Amino acid sequence: MSINATLIGQMITFALLVWFTMKYIWPPLFDSLEERKKKIADGLAAAEKGQEEMQLAEKKAKSVLKEAKEQSSEIVNLAQKRANEIVEESKEIAKQEGDRMILAAQAQIEQEMQQAKEGLRQEVAALAVNVAEQILSAEIDKAKHQDIVSKVSNQLG
Amino acid sequence: MATEAHAAEGATGYIIHHLTPLSVGEGFWTLHLDTLFFSAVLGGLFVWFFKMAAEKATAGVPGLVQNFAEMLIEFVDSQVKDSFHGHSKLIAPLALTIFCWVFLWNFMDLFPVDILPLIGSMMGIEYLRVVPSTDLNATFAMSISVFCLIIFYSIKIKGPWGFAKELMFQPFGPWMLPFNLLLKVVEEIAKPISLALRLFGNLYAGELIFILIALLPWFIQPVLSFPWAVFHILIITLQAFIFMVLTIVYLSMAHEDH
Repeated sequence: MSINATLIGQMITFALLVWFTMKYIWPPLFDSLEERKKKIADGLAAAEKGQEEMQLAEKKAKSVLKEAKEQSSEIVNLAQKRANEIVEESKEIAKQEGDRMILAAQAQIEQEMQQAKEGLRQEVAALAVNVAEQILSAEIDKAKHQDIVSKVSNQLG
Repeated sequence: MATEAHAAEGATGYIIHHLTPLSVGEGFWTLHLDTLFFSAVLGGLFVWFFKMAAEKATAGVPGLVQNFAEMLIEFVDSQVKDSFHGHSKLIAPLALTIFCWVFLWNFMDLFPVDILPLIGSMMGIEYLRVVPSTDLNATFAMSISVFCLIIFYSIKIKGPWGFAKELMFQPFGPWMLPFNLLLKVVEEIAKPISLALRLFGNLYAGELIFILIALLPWFIQPVLSFPWAVFHILIITLQAFIFMVLTIVYLSMAHEDH
């Protein structure tokens, strides 16, 4: 158990190992660790920001939706109102038209009645003339006369 | 199994055999080949693994290797940030190297005590001590390197005169100069010694207990070696962690200007 030249050999080996670690091992591994740390931190920050933005957008979407709902209900109300108006209007028009048609029909009926009356009057007049003619032609024969009269009266009936 | 193989030498011989390093050379210029070999291989393993992770390092989704490497890096980095408040390019990689390397050294302790020496003896290697942290040279090499860094940074940050002032005039003021100096020097020297001996002692004792368990009859061995190995998983990690944390603390003390 003596101290000897092995000590020197070991010191050289140790120095070489430390040098190698310092030069080629520690820096790349440590840098990659630091870089990853930074990446993760950045990612977390971005995620947080994204979440905030999403909440904002959600809020905005809600307000837009609310507005749209209000607008649409307003439009529906207006349309309903307008429809009612149209219905009322068309009812009015139809009533007017009906009245007008009734009036026209009544007028026509009146006219036709007038015409018929006129025609009837003329016919009656002609008949009367005819009867008078017949009576006049058969004045001699009383029986015949009677007979003709009853004939005419039958015709009239 | 091994008990019979070494029966001739007896239990003491078996233990001594297991704790004798494979060495070449004489006197101070002796080299413990097993310590050098295993620590170099383990260091290579550590560097290979992390290099593989570093080459594929991406800031995107990490793979399994990168994940594991990053876990260790974050662990070490949090330890460094807890105790060291300055800015240094060296300390964190140094701490990572110490933690992983010492952990791998200690991990060799969990291999069954006879397997690697047995393979070694098949290849004609008589002695093989596989755990580098049971070699004082390995632990001292590391702690003395750390000590050199402590002195270097003390002088660099505080200036030669600032460091000398700290050694001479603290903690009891200029009138107690020799006493201060003695206290400070002992304090500084104690750092590498305690670092090295703590690691060495823990692992040497752990290895020794594994060897003692291996001397028992085969049917008792698993009953004892399994709990000891489980406990040792904690010990080896803890020792690597302590070495790393104390290095960070010592270096941050060196960086603090009073």
